[in-house]
Amino acid sequence: MEITNRPLSPHLQIYKPQLTSTLSILHRVTGVALVIGTIPFVYWLAALAGGAESFANAQAFFGSVIGQIILFPWVFALFYHLCNGIRHLFWDIGLGFELKTLYTTGTVVLVAAFGLTLLAYIAAYAMRGGAG
Amino acid sequence: MSLRTPLAQARGLGAAREGMHHWWTQRLTALALIPLSLWLVASIITITGADYATAVDWVRSPLVAVLLLLFIAAAFYHAQLGMQVVLEDYVHAEWAKVATIILSKFLMIALAFVAAFAVLRVALGG
Repeated sequence: MEITNRPLSPHLQIYKPQLTSTLSILHRVTGVALVIGTIPFVYWLAALAGGAESFANAQAFFGSVIGQIILFPWVFALFYHLCNGIRHLFWDIGLGFELKTLYTTGTVVLVAAFGLTLLAYIAAYAMRGGAG
Repeated sequence: MSLRTPLAQARGLGAAREGMHHWWTQRLTALALIPLSLWLVASIITITGADYATAVDWVRSPLVAVLLLLFIAAAFYHAQLGMQVVLEDYVHAEWAKVATIILSKFLMIALAFVAAFAVLRVALGG
C-alpha cells in the first residue's frame, strides 16, 4: 500500500492503559507465548518416546531452575488464555458487553488465572513431595 | 497509473470466502481445548517428577493416548489459526506476510506430527 499523509489516530502510547485493553493484548501475548510453549511440550513427548535415558534428561531439565523458570509463565499463559478465552466465547454469543460487566469479568479472569497457576504449583509440589 | 477501472483492480483481491470458516474453527477448537487442556494440566501434575515406567504406563492407557492426540490436533489447529491472525495484523509487507504465515503453518503442522508420532510410538509400544 502507498504511504500517504493521511491523518493518523493517536499512537498506542498516547492512550492511558486500561484493564480492558491490557487484558486484550495479554490474550494475544499469551497466545503467542503458548505457541512457543508447544516446543518444550513436544520435546517432553519426544523424550518419552526416545526411551528411559532421554526421558530422565527431560525430567531433570524441567525440574531444574531453568525448567521451572520456563514452566511458571507457561502455566500462567495457559490458564490466562483459557479463562480469557471463555470470556471471548461469551462475547461471541453476545453476552457481557456492558462496561461494568467487562471490568468484573476481566478481574475474575485475572484472579482465576493467578489462582489456578498457584493451585497447579502447590499440587505439583505436593505430588513431587509425596513421590520422593 | 493504470487504465483499468477501480473495480477491475479490486476483483480477485477480495475475501477468499474462508473468513467464516476460520472464525468458526477457531471457536470450535477453543471450545474443545477447555476440557482438554484442563485434563492435560491435571494429568501432568499427577505425573510430576515421575520415572520413565510411570510415564509410559500413563501414555499406554488408550484413553490417555486418544485424549493426548485430540489435544494435539485441537491445540495446533487453534495455534495455527491464531498465529495467522497475529501475522496478518503485524506483518505489513505482502511477501513477508505470506511467507511468515506459510512458515508458521508448516511449523505448527510439523510440531503436531512430531507430538502425535511420539504419543503413538509410546502408546503402541515401538
